[in-house]
Amino acid sequence: MAMARITYREIDGGTTYWSLLLGLSALVLIGLGSAWYMEHHGHIVTGMSNRIVWGIPHVFAIFLILAASGALNVASIASVFEGAAYKPLARLSGLMAIALLIGGLAVLVLDLGRPERLIVAMTTYNFKSIFAWNIFLYTGFLVVVMAYLFVQMEPTMTRHIKAVGWFALVWRLVLTSGTGSIFGWLVARQAYDAAIMAPLFIAMSFAYGLAVFILVLMAACKINRRPLGGALVNRLGKLLGVFAGAVLYMTAMMHLTNLYAAEHGGVERFILADGGVYTAAFWLGHIVVGCLAPMALMLSPNLRTSRLLVAVASGLVIVGAIAHLYVIIIGGQAFPLLMFPGQEVSSSFFDGVVAPYSPSLPEFGLALGGVALALAITLGGMRVLRFMPQSLADDDASPAANQSPA
Amino acid sequence: MSRDHQRNNAPQEQSRRDILRGAAALGGLALAPGVTLHLIGGEAAARPADEAVSDTHRWGMLIDAGKCGDGCQECVTACADENGWDPDGKLPTDAQWIRKIDLRDPKSGAERTLPMMCQHCASPPCVDVCPTGASFKRADGIVLVDKHTCIGCRYCVMACPYNARSFVHEPLTDQKAHAPRGKGTVESCTMCVHRVDAGKQPACVERCNDAAGGAMLFGDLNDPTSEISKRIATYATARVRADLGLDTGVYYRNI
Repeated sequence: MAMARITYREIDGGTTYWSLLLGLSALVLIGLGSAWYMEHHGHIVTGMSNRIVWGIPHVFAIFLILAASGALNVASIASVFEGAAYKPLARLSGLMAIALLIGGLAVLVLDLGRPERLIVAMTTYNFKSIFAWNIFLYTGFLVVVMAYLFVQMEPTMTRHIKAVGWFALVWRLVLTSGTGSIFGWLVARQAYDAAIMAPLFIAMSFAYGLAVFILVLMAACKINRRPLGGALVNRLGKLLGVFAGAVLYMTAMMHLTNLYAAEHGGVERFILADGGVYTAAFWLGHIVVGCLAPMALMLSPNLRTSRLLVAVASGLVIVGAIAHLYVIIIGGQAFPLLMFPGQEVSSSFFDGVVAPYSPSLPEFGLALGGVALALAITLGGMRVLRFMPQSLADDDASPAANQSPA
Repeated sequence: MSRDHQRNNAPQEQSRRDILRGAAALGGLALAPGVTLHLIGGEAAARPADEAVSDTHRWGMLIDAGKCGDGCQECVTACADENGWDPDGKLPTDAQWIRKIDLRDPKSGAERTLPMMCQHCASPPCVDVCPTGASFKRADGIVLVDKHTCIGCRYCVMACPYNARSFVHEPLTDQKAHAPRGKGTVESCTMCVHRVDAGKQPACVERCNDAAGGAMLFGDLNDPTSEISKRIATYATARVRADLGLDTGVYYRNI
């Protein structure tokens, strides 16, 4: 293929690189400090409670895990679906998939009540639990993507790219189904217990992973002064718009189905109409900022797509993603369990009322530490191995495209 | 060869057995008054510590909301006293193994009150979702948490339809030896497993019968002659979220 001519090179280790790495390391340290503080004092120092057992760390951890599998899509498009324009990006896509997953898992593990018992989780399994399966799916993902990178980067192995690419694609789809099913298989909760959670999470991963990928790619090219073709950026932007549309469609179907059933009227009214911060996060954050705005920016035929607009759309998708996950994870727990339908319920244990939740600083510290870890691994990876093409100028990367950047 | 060995040792084994039998008889004599009392008071028989739990019994409860007093907290304080948690804690982070739920029908205005705790499901969602198997169900239907393998992921808290589980948010002091708890792990009603194994009733049931309306009945759901089975066979009973098909061990009347 024509793409064989792409030259990859490590990024330079100049001042910008080291300052970035230092800044990210400082954030990782803040994350570790937050985790230590939480473990030392107990979760009493967080905003979490017996009603909101998963908080801000989980919002960010699941964002990172979804983005990890989504980031790998770029490689999948290149090697499985033979999208030639994406081929030069495949290596970075694999690196980011690994980095984002490690960042997300670090947050999840450090939030455990007993993180020092990770060895128990790695040796004692209940195979009826989707959590137990996810431990295999996540660790397996790291191995599969490393193998995927190996066959891409080792010249004697390139003939295996398509086979390993297929395997990685299937693995990541199963993995994200597993992440969605953490919620989809919760039979007792009104906001979850839906088979659509798995495909919804797959659509979310497509959008979130690509948004993070676009921003990291732009930053990496800018910092290293490597050309990045406008046509390539536009192509990625259009794809992001389509993915945002897929998330919107899945969300609409989930809520419309729920609205049809009288038994779900309460939780739907809560999320869509009178849930306060959750309703605002849903409509403004998820629907407008996370879906409609990026779709308008990327898919509108009257709007001339520019590099800046693609960056803005990616940022909007990420902001919308956090809002969306906040609604799903926190909102879904805040709505009271329906133990006695049709009855007014009250107790000392916050039955029958919307559970309060104000996230604390250590929660944000841990969450941002995970994000920083993912970025630091990406940055360090690009420095030590040849993940980044020398040039992503349209003529070098995708000769067919000739749109000019803004 | 091992069979020969066993055969050769048979007389010795026999005499050892006699001694043990004698010791058991002596011990039995000492414990007899207490055991007799429990046999009269309840239906549970003590299980020898070296005998595995079997599914011969399925322990359960029948709670009559009609007899449960408005504002009465006897079962709650009994549980807290027995298991060493603070019944006065009202923060969302405080553990509550059992709580009183007040119900009001907005249309008729009818009000009821009832205790809510782990329903000891035959198909417990908390056990299904637990990644390490720390949440488990004993053969006799009692659902427990193994505090040594709980990693504190709280997935079981998410899965429980009854809000029956609490996560220990703070360091603990003054724990009861028979009810170990641990910061960073999840806990819930144990149906006073330590008492049940000793042939006693759960603390809440005992207190409700001694000091309150006698709304709670504990017994063996597998035994058709037990009082609980007879009452369930006689009266209309209900189980909370019966639609989930979890086959809970706790039944209610008049809800």
